[in-house]
Amino acid sequence: MTSPRPVFEALDLRFAYPGAPRPAVENVSLRVPPGSLFAIVGPNGSGKSTLLKLLLGLLAPAAGQVRFEGRPLAEWGRRELARRIGVVPQAEELVFPVSVRELVAMGRYPHLGPWRPEGPADRHAIEQAMLRCGILDLAARPLSTLSGGERQRARIARALAQEPGTLVLDEPTASLDVRHEMAIFELLRELTTQGGATVVLVTHNLNLAARYATEILLLDRGRPAAHGPPDHVLSRASIEAVYRWPVAVTRHPGPGPDAGAPQIVPLAAGHGRPVRDPQPEHDR
Amino acid sequence: MRDGAPFAVAGRPAATRVRGSVSALRALAPALRLVLLALLVAVALVASVGLGAAGIPLGSVVEALAGGGDATTRVIVLELRLPRAILAALVGGTLALTGAIFQVLLRNPLAEPYILGVSSGAAVGTVSAIALGWTALGPWALPLAAFAGAVLSIALVFRLGYAVGRSLDTRVLLLAGVVLGAFFNAIIVLLLTSIDAETFRSALLWMMGSLARASWASVAVLAAYLLPATLLLLALARPLDLLAAGEETAAYLGVQVDRLKWAAYLLASLAVAASVAVCGAIGFIGLIIPHALRLLWGSDHRFLLPASTLAGAAFLLVADTVARTIVAPAELPVGAVTALVGVPVFVLLLTRRAQ
Repeated sequence: MTSPRPVFEALDLRFAYPGAPRPAVENVSLRVPPGSLFAIVGPNGSGKSTLLKLLLGLLAPAAGQVRFEGRPLAEWGRRELARRIGVVPQAEELVFPVSVRELVAMGRYPHLGPWRPEGPADRHAIEQAMLRCGILDLAARPLSTLSGGERQRARIARALAQEPGTLVLDEPTASLDVRHEMAIFELLRELTTQGGATVVLVTHNLNLAARYATEILLLDRGRPAAHGPPDHVLSRASIEAVYRWPVAVTRHPGPGPDAGAPQIVPLAAGHGRPVRDPQPEHDR
Repeated sequence: MRDGAPFAVAGRPAATRVRGSVSALRALAPALRLVLLALLVAVALVASVGLGAAGIPLGSVVEALAGGGDATTRVIVLELRLPRAILAALVGGTLALTGAIFQVLLRNPLAEPYILGVSSGAAVGTVSAIALGWTALGPWALPLAAFAGAVLSIALVFRLGYAVGRSLDTRVLLLAGVVLGAFFNAIIVLLLTSIDAETFRSALLWMMGSLARASWASVAVLAAYLLPATLLLLALARPLDLLAAGEETAAYLGVQVDRLKWAAYLLASLAVAASVAVCGAIGFIGLIIPHALRLLWGSDHRFLLPASTLAGAAFLLVADTVARTIVAPAELPVGAVTALVGVPVFVLLLTRRAQ
């Protein structure tokens, strides 16, 4: 083999929710190389979150197969998987109040199991994760008293406390301001370039995906519309076809390492090339 | 978070070191609280044995427990009050523990041990046995009929919980439990119309819960059954913490969510079934104790579950002592006392929390 073994490898995935008119995911194949920052983008209802759940084994595909680190997903135990993949799901609601420290400490469960108490190594991992996400000062605070951005950072800290080789995030910056959104993307890049981690994330921010991702998968109603490096995927043609909205594509003016990355500028209605609205939408 | 790079790893070793020693102290606090609660149970047990229609001084209680003292005192302490006190501790602990479990399992702060219809099933069993005249068959006829009814309701609710989809949906479980409970209650009403007034009264009292039927035999059977169930339930504490953060999150952190849910449901329900079979449906403990402890000391289930068990045991000991003594030689239904004592205490905690 010339290329290193992919972290995730999916072949021809198909999945349909019961009663849905069309499959949520269809004909999707992908390879996530180690050390990459892999972004999954696409309109609402295009199957991004469903694809993540298929990659993580929370949903079982109707057809196709997922391999993680070369082994079929079904052969991995849940805890074994949790020691290697840290996940930040889109949303979660806690029934009872917990503190930030308690939430982050949950990330040690895959290593400790139901019985073993925290040791020095666990406490170190928890503290480092909180430090890294800038929430060490908030450790004792109840999660319910935090802002949306702080809460999201606590959830990311929990995933980091797992000390995983792979991080999977579903719209991690959806409710964050520019500063915190940028900080998270910077952190993800740092983890991949310096920490040797692999990151898979779903995002709606095409321009940050263009700058930070090493590879992008663009989904359109459950099917792959384009796949490859940002320059290849984020063309005017592909974006207009998938999002059905006129855009212009410019370049990041710099300075910085991302200078020259494609940047998508949505145009006012009626000011671009007319966008064909092909079939009636069955989206939610 | 300061200016510059918000997530930068800036070493702050001094602060971390101070935090370390504070957190070491903080780690000890839950253990101390559990020791305190255990002492509370011991004190409540001794007080419960000493207090009653005939007051017995502490010295004589200890003497009788050691096998000495005069014969009458020994009989009162060893044959009447001690088994009843131990039964109270067992049942109180079970109800508070299972209440805490159902609250997190169903993601519903209002959940309590009877929410899924276990007590209604047990009541159908008991009232059927009374209506059919099975009470003449011996002292175990009623508890066995109650247990059978409870197990029937558990099986039906469990089956319904699995009916939709391939995994146990706790929302369906909740709905099935509440609906089945209502159905069983209708059956009880129908059965009650067909029995005479005196039997009606005893059936009603049974449903309100009572520890008066305590005997060494029932305590022994219940202890042999409840102690392993309690230990198994306590072992679920850490996975339940993660379940409280959501099923998806729990799965990503390595919890076998489906297995956890059905284990917690069946273990907790079967424990409740046994306690209902012996004592009837004693209310409020399962709702109030876990909530009070959550308000006081947070929701870490590794602490909350054992703490609820101990606090529930102490609380029912106190409530039963009050029920036995306040209008002696008559007795109040202990279920009414748990509510009368529990609700004001709970309201106090709630308002204190609000300030």
